[in-house]
Amino acid sequence: MSFSAAKWRDHFPLLAAHPELHYLDNAATGQLCEAAFDAVTHHDLTHRANVLRGTYRLAEQADAAYENARRQVAAYMNAANAEEVVFTAGTTAAINLVAHAFGEGLKAGDEVVLSLAEHHSNFVPWQMLRDRCGVMLRILPLAAGGRLDLSRLGETITPRCKLVAVTHASNVTGAITDLAPVVAAAHAVGARVLADGAQAVQHGPVDVQALGVDFYAFSGHKAFGPTGVGVLWGRAEALEKLPPFLGGGGMIGRVTMEETTWALPPRRFEAGTPPIAQAIGLGAALDWLRAQPWADMNANMVRLAQRLIDGIAVLRGLTFLGPRDLKNRLPIVSFNLEGIHPHDACQVLDEYGVAVRGGHHCAQPLMEFFKVQGAVRASIAPYNDEADIDALLAGLQVAIARLR
Amino acid sequence: MSDDLYQQALLDLAKAAHGAGVLPSPDGEALRDSPLCGDRVRMQVVLEAGCIKAIAHDVKGCLLCRAAASLVGLRGAGLNAEEANTLHEQVAATLAGSEPPPGWPELALFAPVRPHRNRHGCILLPFETLAAALDSQTRA
Repeated sequence: MSFSAAKWRDHFPLLAAHPELHYLDNAATGQLCEAAFDAVTHHDLTHRANVLRGTYRLAEQADAAYENARRQVAAYMNAANAEEVVFTAGTTAAINLVAHAFGEGLKAGDEVVLSLAEHHSNFVPWQMLRDRCGVMLRILPLAAGGRLDLSRLGETITPRCKLVAVTHASNVTGAITDLAPVVAAAHAVGARVLADGAQAVQHGPVDVQALGVDFYAFSGHKAFGPTGVGVLWGRAEALEKLPPFLGGGGMIGRVTMEETTWALPPRRFEAGTPPIAQAIGLGAALDWLRAQPWADMNANMVRLAQRLIDGIAVLRGLTFLGPRDLKNRLPIVSFNLEGIHPHDACQVLDEYGVAVRGGHHCAQPLMEFFKVQGAVRASIAPYNDEADIDALLAGLQVAIARLR
Repeated sequence: MSDDLYQQALLDLAKAAHGAGVLPSPDGEALRDSPLCGDRVRMQVVLEAGCIKAIAHDVKGCLLCRAAASLVGLRGAGLNAEEANTLHEQVAATLAGSEPPPGWPELALFAPVRPHRNRHGCILLPFETLAAALDSQTRA
């Protein structure tokens, strides 16, 4: 195996500066890679200007860098065209964009299908749409282990369905959704498919054309890029049909006192000054990630996840949230220990330099499915190694001794 | 003073669970959730002349939240609605660095939590719920 987690870690300035840190909260935020850091710094030091409006050379350089970032994102996602890439503030903003713009064409009685495994970001915007215009939400149930129960697609996606919005990979269970049957069932009734890719893109390039979905959303900060930037990818013909969500500068064709016409996508959906430096940083991060040895890296992460799962399996009172096997599954390991609140466990783990997340993970319906209030979640990235897993397991033993 | 968040006296306070349970005929009741972690506190009170005569609480929460609720059960009798609201503010001030208010020396057990701002809500939740339980009776 040519991949070295230790060498990969050297590409992350914060981790290089803190070798004692066992950072296992990557599903919340990945650390910033130096490619992104360098690109943001370089841009702000040499090309900082607003985009898509200036005629001076500095502004043209900023335009070029921003549009290059769009092409870098498109390449990572295998988008047919860079114009299918809309920069947003993150996954939440991207999903809200679709909920408003696509939702504007829906009426009472139309149906939107979600799954029980969704992050609140792919739940609440649709509940708000339901409350605004009376669409009905139908929920695809889960099978044991928390995977989407695809055997129930036929009864959940009806001819009234206009959109299916589901996770590409759960932020709690790590389960990867087999999107092909979802897309087939949705398209069979003329519905669009939105995939929440917030957890997926940091585990290797995605191919939106092969996935067959119509919209795909993700965040920069989970993909080792800057915070405050994300992406909505939309199939060109799907984006062209959408009205704008936010109004303002940059998204218009022409404004008169009587009416305003809209710019073509993606600028139709990028009202105001976009997160320019952040987008450039994200483009650089994805460009760097695209060249990484993903097969080796994913194999290493699966091995670490198995080491963790084996380590916690012997703990008394364990509730495991997710599939036990690691097939079609990300290295996200969520669990609960009877008698120990996740926040207390995480607080003690922090004393041992282990950064993990505890709580409901913005997935309270999924917590109800597993009959827990919350969980401890360790989410593994390519820069993690055996020492990180072993520190977590040792810290858990201390937490159990102190808190039970 | 210990700087250990989970010092033995705090664990003992949480374990004692003073006031845990249900009142058959409460005069006031409130339910509050923590949006951060999903913790939930139900607080019930029986009043006499506007002051707490009995308290019961049901807590689904962390050790800090359970210790705070236990402290409410231990020291809360006799408070009226205004005093409960003031107490909630005083606990917040204590977490910000002030001395505990008179009559509540056990609040010093939470001093190690001061630098951990995301945990302040765990401690404040039972006090907020107590004030809401009294307020619910005032409005009834």
